[in-house]
Amino acid sequence: MRLVKGGRVVEDRFVRVLDEAPVPDGVPVIVPAARLLADAAELVRREAPTGVLWPNDRRIAELAPHLDRLALVALVFPHFKDGRAYSQARQLRERYCFGGELRATGHVLRDQFLFMQRAGFDCFEVKKDADAEAFIEATRRFSVFYQPTADGRTVALRARLARAIAPRRERAPAR
Amino acid sequence: MYRYDEFDQQLIDERVAEFRDQVRRRLSGELTEDEFKLLRLLNGVYLQLHAYMLRIAIPYGTLSSEQLRMLAHVARRYDKNYGHFTTRQNIQFNWIKLEEIPDTIADLAGAHLHAMQTSGNSIRNITTDHWAGVAPDEIEDPRIWAEILRQWSTLHPEFTFLPRKFKIAITAAKHDRAAVKIHDIGLRLYRNGAGEVGFEVMVGGGLGRTPFVGKTIRPFLPKRDFLSYLEAILRVYNQFGRRDNIYKARIKILVHEIGAESFAKEVEAEWQSIKDGALALDPAVVEEIKSRFRYPVYESLVDEPAELKAALKAEPRFKAWFNNSVSRHKRPGYAIVTLSLKPAGAPPGDCTAEQMDAIADLADRYSGSEIRVGHDQNLVLPHVRQRDLAALWRALDAIGLATPNVGLVSDIIACPGLDYCALANARSIPVAQELTKRFRDLGLAADLGYLHINISGCINACGHHHVGDIGILGVEKNGEEYYQLSLGGRADEHAELGALLGPAMPYAEVADSVEDVVAAYLELRERPAELFAETVKRIGLEPFKERVYAAR
Repeated sequence: MRLVKGGRVVEDRFVRVLDEAPVPDGVPVIVPAARLLADAAELVRREAPTGVLWPNDRRIAELAPHLDRLALVALVFPHFKDGRAYSQARQLRERYCFGGELRATGHVLRDQFLFMQRAGFDCFEVKKDADAEAFIEATRRFSVFYQPTADGRTVALRARLARAIAPRRERAPAR
Repeated sequence: MYRYDEFDQQLIDERVAEFRDQVRRRLSGELTEDEFKLLRLLNGVYLQLHAYMLRIAIPYGTLSSEQLRMLAHVARRYDKNYGHFTTRQNIQFNWIKLEEIPDTIADLAGAHLHAMQTSGNSIRNITTDHWAGVAPDEIEDPRIWAEILRQWSTLHPEFTFLPRKFKIAITAAKHDRAAVKIHDIGLRLYRNGAGEVGFEVMVGGGLGRTPFVGKTIRPFLPKRDFLSYLEAILRVYNQFGRRDNIYKARIKILVHEIGAESFAKEVEAEWQSIKDGALALDPAVVEEIKSRFRYPVYESLVDEPAELKAALKAEPRFKAWFNNSVSRHKRPGYAIVTLSLKPAGAPPGDCTAEQMDAIADLADRYSGSEIRVGHDQNLVLPHVRQRDLAALWRALDAIGLATPNVGLVSDIIACPGLDYCALANARSIPVAQELTKRFRDLGLAADLGYLHINISGCINACGHHHVGDIGILGVEKNGEEYYQLSLGGRADEHAELGALLGPAMPYAEVADSVEDVVAAYLELRERPAELFAETVKRIGLEPFKERVYAAR
């Protein structure tokens, strides 16, 4: 597994805390959802950043009250064909305006990077080393996007309106 | 016709490059078959019984003559010289080589055609009325809205890994020719009491092993909210649709399990948070899309010109075809012509490369260079001058495309079945071929009137057997092909699921049994205009059961 952030392979500074294990002081941690909900008051007092691993079958609305105090939310792709975390990611970014790190975990593969990035993920636990190295290439494969999301990319619908002032170019079929 | 702009073209070109890279990684072993499977399905590539199959989208069923020639080229260059039009405005090629698919889709991209999301657990090709833009009973052209949905759903960053496939259909006419009530989302464009045009939104329709007719969750949706409301529906489905059982993963099961009302509430809550965001449709955006649709320049003509009257008098075969295959156009002096892809003895929906080229030429000459593909697996020339009808008929007759059986008993809808499909339990095509031979008497067919036989080779129901007047479902029993008959289904605005007639029967008895059912209908209908489905509704299954099972 490689961690990719900002397009580069980086060290993971967060430590995973398993279910009942003690939370170490002074280091960034990722705790399970149940732990966050149970020990929220205690976790707030920590000085180092806290993150949560949020399962894909729990509503984001439940997590919303804690977002202010979280540095990271890790969402889960148990298999790459299970796309629930895409919706959770968009809700976190677009509805709850979560500005911390949004990490994709689980079965994270090259052909999903761009979808994930568009949905709001900015950090990726990548399963295969070769995929991690191809991150930049994979996320630059497309230059045209139809759906407005919070990723800041220009969407065709708007680009068309912007073009309305410039002369129109038509594409004739090649044949 | 919608014409791509530079954005649309750029996107499909980039998609071709991506798929080429995915195929390369599969062939080099970088991708496992399990990983590649989902990627190839997202580009319409299936592994069938004998070969790879490529399904190409024909968005909202509209093709230019150039595009049809491109499909002929694909048939010739990469396949065995023919293609198969499906029930969802797609075309399938059954003998494609994986290594050649990147070149195939690159060729297609040059003609503004693609195979994106024609399979996989994604939003599939958006379908609509094959008479869109020319039907007299239509409120406005639904293809503009279908194109907006095509763009919104293409490579959607949130909805490409849904619990299961997702099908959307739109109608804008009084008579529903797009079968919207058997879709995951059905949309009906209409004018409400206040004079505004908007959408009735239905969800949870579908066939397969648990068939349902869609339920209305929003009686009237303003155009502005078209995309945001659909995004809300998909978001609720993506999160809560079942993923534990492939047979329970469609939205219809979610809607059924939690109830249409609770489902609507979930959607409403989600929608409230996004309805005024970036998806709210600016009329200028809609106008921009609309401006890229090209319509023929119609001449001002009159209905029933002298040329037509004379030909009708002189040629009885032309008259029979005219009565069957020609429909009213919204413009005077024009007609909509349906080309039957169901000649006696042939697999329904198949079309050869030569026929495609010939139809493209005829479209150039007689139909504003435009062709439509309908969900009944027939083609349509949508803008024919009435004065040209006789000449067009002669040309069609010469290439075997003037069988006057549109909408009649031999106009059979069938899936590819066990001859091609890896999922099938039984053959569909030979059943259809046999029935078209039994009912080749066009006099009898005309007397029977509108009557649809729909055949599926397995429970997945690609041949829409639940909504045929007579539905035939292939099942497997002790390693042999058996068939169940159901009666009284329909897919239009009065959508209804057919009822099972009785125990399944072996292959050899199917055609005889269907003939018995048809004979019973002829005898028992109240008047010739009583539709088959209406007769079944009035008298029930019992009289049909007696005929079919008493003798055997």
